[in-house]
Amino acid sequence: MTRPGEGRAPLLTVEQLTMRFGGLTAVDALSFIAYPDEITAIIGPNGAGKTTVFNCLTGFYRPSAGSLALHADGEVLRLERLQGFRIARRARIARTFQNVRLFAGMTVLENLIIAQHNPLMAASAFSIAGLLGLPGYRAAERAGIERARYWLDKLRLTERADWIAGELPYGAQRRLEIARALCTRPVLLCLDEPAAGLNPRESAELNTLLLTIRAEERIGILLIEHDMSVVMGISDHVIVLDYGRKIADGTPAEVRVDPDVIKAYLGEDEVDQAGSGQGAIVTPAKVGVQGPPAGACDPGFPLSRE
Amino acid sequence: MTAATGLAVDQAARPPDLWTPLFKDALLAALVAALLALPLVGLQTYDIGGGALGIRTHFDWVAMGAAAVFAGRLMLRLYPRLRGYGTIGRRNETGRIAVWANRQIVPITVAGIAFAIALPFLPFSSRYLIDLGTTVLIYVMLGWGLNVVVGLAGLLDLGYVAFYAVGAYTFGLLARDLDFTFWEALPFSGLVAASFGILLGFPVLRLRGDYLAIVTLGFGEIIRIVLLNWAPVTGGPNGIGGIPRPSFFGLPFTRTAPEGVTTFHQFFGLEFSPDHRVIFLYFVILGMALITNLFTLRIRRLPLGRAWEALREDEVACRALGINPTNVKLSAFAIGAMFGGLAGCFFATRQGFISPESFTFIESATILAIVVLGGMGSQLGVVLAAILLVSLPEFGRAFAEFRMLIFGAAMVAVMVWRPRGLISHREPTLRLGGRPAGNAGR
Repeated sequence: MTRPGEGRAPLLTVEQLTMRFGGLTAVDALSFIAYPDEITAIIGPNGAGKTTVFNCLTGFYRPSAGSLALHADGEVLRLERLQGFRIARRARIARTFQNVRLFAGMTVLENLIIAQHNPLMAASAFSIAGLLGLPGYRAAERAGIERARYWLDKLRLTERADWIAGELPYGAQRRLEIARALCTRPVLLCLDEPAAGLNPRESAELNTLLLTIRAEERIGILLIEHDMSVVMGISDHVIVLDYGRKIADGTPAEVRVDPDVIKAYLGEDEVDQAGSGQGAIVTPAKVGVQGPPAGACDPGFPLSRE
Repeated sequence: MTAATGLAVDQAARPPDLWTPLFKDALLAALVAALLALPLVGLQTYDIGGGALGIRTHFDWVAMGAAAVFAGRLMLRLYPRLRGYGTIGRRNETGRIAVWANRQIVPITVAGIAFAIALPFLPFSSRYLIDLGTTVLIYVMLGWGLNVVVGLAGLLDLGYVAFYAVGAYTFGLLARDLDFTFWEALPFSGLVAASFGILLGFPVLRLRGDYLAIVTLGFGEIIRIVLLNWAPVTGGPNGIGGIPRPSFFGLPFTRTAPEGVTTFHQFFGLEFSPDHRVIFLYFVILGMALITNLFTLRIRRLPLGRAWEALREDEVACRALGINPTNVKLSAFAIGAMFGGLAGCFFATRQGFISPESFTFIESATILAIVVLGGMGSQLGVVLAAILLVSLPEFGRAFAEFRMLIFGAAMVAVMVWRPRGLISHREPTLRLGGRPAGNAGR
């Protein structure tokens, strides 16, 4: 079996990424490569440092050491040198959050229009053309609404476009967050546990959606997920972290039988697979990689750290 | 009172007996009211001659007050039961009046503006009423300005009066030292105040909520104390006097004019009346306030305004979408401050005299109360709250020393009745398939 993405140009190269919080090393010399139009999953037990990797990638943390390089449009962007919000703007990395972060008081459509803030702001000439109601800005706004409508259709949210985002059911909120990230026209989409809290049907739907995005939009996807039916079903490439270190890297089939991975997840005992939906089909009996017990999610996204 | 409420909730949970807990609760409230009123209302000092004081008792007033509280509390607890719901202040409360007001926003706006324009010419109008209207409009404009910062961007600003002061003093100083007229100084007042807004914005970029409120409170006081103590420039506590009145396209509102200058009444062939200037000032502030409103309504539907609201909702998500929070916050502070400064410039020309006394914390608190009471982010709510807050103490003058009591009671009543403000409904900035959002004409 060939290594995933072998011989192709990488999209994201992470080298020796290290993140320390005081004495705690959350991510320890992590290196991996993500390829365009591939789904790369990062898995690992709770506290393994998965979300920390995301926060470094998307500029919420400044890494203690190591380099993060994004290869897009023939140029290389060093993410660790970019200021937080510029990563989304310049490098076009979009992300979702473990605990959904929508603009809860605003409508679904408004959420998607805000995602296109930077191009629209430029079109409104920093509000001057917009205040005067010049046609250039109106056209840009119409294009923005069209783009939003495209993703609304794809994510089955069109019916609820004028709903207040915070009043949507949970599954729809998750989908909206993905739609919002996609409206920024990303080259790399980072999804932090997109299937958390979804029922088996919604989870299967998410699989289909992610595969569609990869195939049609040619967007690289980086995925943190506990739901093994999602990870094993759709990933091209799985990276396993434990205590901040990479313990395995390969195709889902390879990772599934890796003794280190089984040990990290299950200890010496075998625990019954509690996976949902397709999990039972994809995973060979009892040697599957186990998700966390229900309710034992990672702690929420830390707000205070810069 | 908290203890009384808690007790009442416990007892209300038992279904069979409806009346006993209600009566007990009302009785307790009446008792608390009586205890509070006993020293405050029940005892009154008076001069018995020779500078000595005697005490007069008013236990009948205390009894009446307690009875009123008893009845009021009983009604308050009974009302939700009769209406079939348990608590006051549900989340997402919109209220029929607010929903109606939002549906009928165009007729309400047109009627409101028409009334405002007609006010000086109505038969019952008087100089006092126009003066009051001018004051209300200053607060409406300040409320609309602060609404940008607090209502849209969600940045709690307790020092808004600082920008009002900066605008007023900018005009005061320009007029005193460089002979600027009102119209020449107006843009400078706005610009200087906006610069101060950015100045305040930088240190508070990382702060939110309570912490931001404390820093802005401090900023307001710094400005006032600097104005008070920098006597060589600002005149200290004596303030700046002789600030020129505005002219009507160069025509002054005076009885007589120096050689070669035509006055307003001469030009239009009218009998001189001091009311002309009062009415003119009223229209100037009406125009300024309406421009503020138009600007805010439009910018709310532009990327910048949406970014303000997004920042209020979730700053982390904003950064993840590539929105620069620094620029968004600073622009909110600057634009909010600019309107404060413009209103300050008008205030200076209207009074003709400014001193630090006009820019105390109570002004900031009043403006914030207007925004909160009106419903954060609601333009119509600000108007209603400004009318309520400014005119209530005026109409309450008949009640002499009780007017502030009535004022306070009215504020409490509004917050009990509509905890999210008079008009708390937020209108989306655009709808799918609805009217295009570009034509934000109102």
